[in-house]
Amino acid sequence: MEYMLLIYDQPGRWGSLAEEERNAEYEEYFALSRELRERKALVSSNELEPESTATTVRVRNGALDLTDGPFAETKEAVGGYYVIDADSLDEAVEWAAKIPSARTGAVEVRPVVTHEAEVSA
Amino acid sequence: MQDAFEAALARWGDDPPANPGAWIFSTARNRAIDRLRRDRTLARKTELLARLQELEVTVEERGALPDERLELIFACCHPALDTEVRIPLALRLVCGLTTAEIARAFLVPEPTLAQRLVRAKRKIRTAGIPLRVPPEHLLPERLTSALAVLYLTFNEGYSAASGDSLVRPELCDEAIRLAKLLTALMPDEAEVLGLLALMLLQDSRRAARSGPDGELVLLDDQDRSLWDRERIDEGRRILERALSLRRSGRYQLQAAIAALHAEGAPGATDWRQIAALYGELARVAPSPVVELNRAVAVAMAGAPDDALTLLDRIEGLDEYHLLHATRADLLRRVGRDDEARAAYARAAGLARNAAERTFLERRLAAVSGVAGS
Repeated sequence: MEYMLLIYDQPGRWGSLAEEERNAEYEEYFALSRELRERKALVSSNELEPESTATTVRVRNGALDLTDGPFAETKEAVGGYYVIDADSLDEAVEWAAKIPSARTGAVEVRPVVTHEAEVSA
Repeated sequence: MQDAFEAALARWGDDPPANPGAWIFSTARNRAIDRLRRDRTLARKTELLARLQELEVTVEERGALPDERLELIFACCHPALDTEVRIPLALRLVCGLTTAEIARAFLVPEPTLAQRLVRAKRKIRTAGIPLRVPPEHLLPERLTSALAVLYLTFNEGYSAASGDSLVRPELCDEAIRLAKLLTALMPDEAEVLGLLALMLLQDSRRAARSGPDGELVLLDDQDRSLWDRERIDEGRRILERALSLRRSGRYQLQAAIAALHAEGAPGATDWRQIAALYGELARVAPSPVVELNRAVAVAMAGAPDDALTLLDRIEGLDEYHLLHATRADLLRRVGRDDEARAAYARAAGLARNAAERTFLERRLAAVSGVAGS
């Protein structure tokens, strides 16, 4: 089963870290990605630019409406994601718990919908 | 538990007894649950498989202890499921109770509960909650929920609706069987052993517990030759094993209380020890019901004034007629007749059926009569 692990954390936190702390945390992410790849569990993953760089798109009555910033201004913002392959929710949760931001923010574990067409491929 | 109270008050008698008429609470429940009326038998294997299909999951390859029910219990108690839905889900899927019965037991509107169950089943299916006994490194933390479900199952069987029969043996047998599987799985978990001991000790009285008309028979009135001595011995052995692990907990405490009742001769129950155990239980797993049991035990141990103090501290049972009836009886015993009258009146007002009301009004009359003379 595929799961998306949505990584939430406080936007300001990353900037407030010293360089060594930031590097240490990156190392954790690299190690995690390496482990996922070795276990053939990694589907995709990305770090996202901060939400101040986001643009929100709406189309209403055929008209395009753009706003500067993320969809919702929340205390914690999505900073990145993993899409993984896991046998069960327990396994997905084990991976999610290894994400550094799980300690300071939160990781949402969402099952990915499988569509028939893709399954047969 | 209600019947135990009622019968107990009836037994207390009009005079302060030298040898207090003994009565017993069945093991204190954490919730006040209404009695359910059921006709159905416990699910058989085919029905269980049908329910698994309902979940639309495939049963995973079984481990060393193949038992679908145990796997289902752990699935229902998964931490990813909302706390409120775990026990109802287990009762529905493992024990086969209807949504209506469960809703009544938990005092929740049926459509609300039905929706919660649907959502929970969908979550198990879609999010991939595994149908298995958790792996070793996860097992200890998953246990608390599972034990609660087993205990509730046993209690449902132990004090089923009077009128049909007081005990539904299949549920008790089922709960005991699953508890034994759990102890095989986790032989060094004190509370797992404690729960099994508790169930065995209570179940030992099964044959003696209900009369020919299905009515509750008090402990002191029970034909002790009908007690299953082997069950009692087994229960006590397992309790000793649990206690030797030196990790006390609510089930071990309740089992110890049950063991004291099992070994005491009629009228010679060690109420002081029982009161002490309830005191410890109140610390470990506090609830108004435990506090009430404790007060009663303290009174039975010969300290009605202390019992009254404990009773007055209880919160949350104000609408429970037997709290006031208990209080009234104690007040009468220590000679505070005016207050006793008021308490009986309060109790009678809260009584839920004619039999309860009559009984309390009779007590009220008795107190009024004494005060007048």
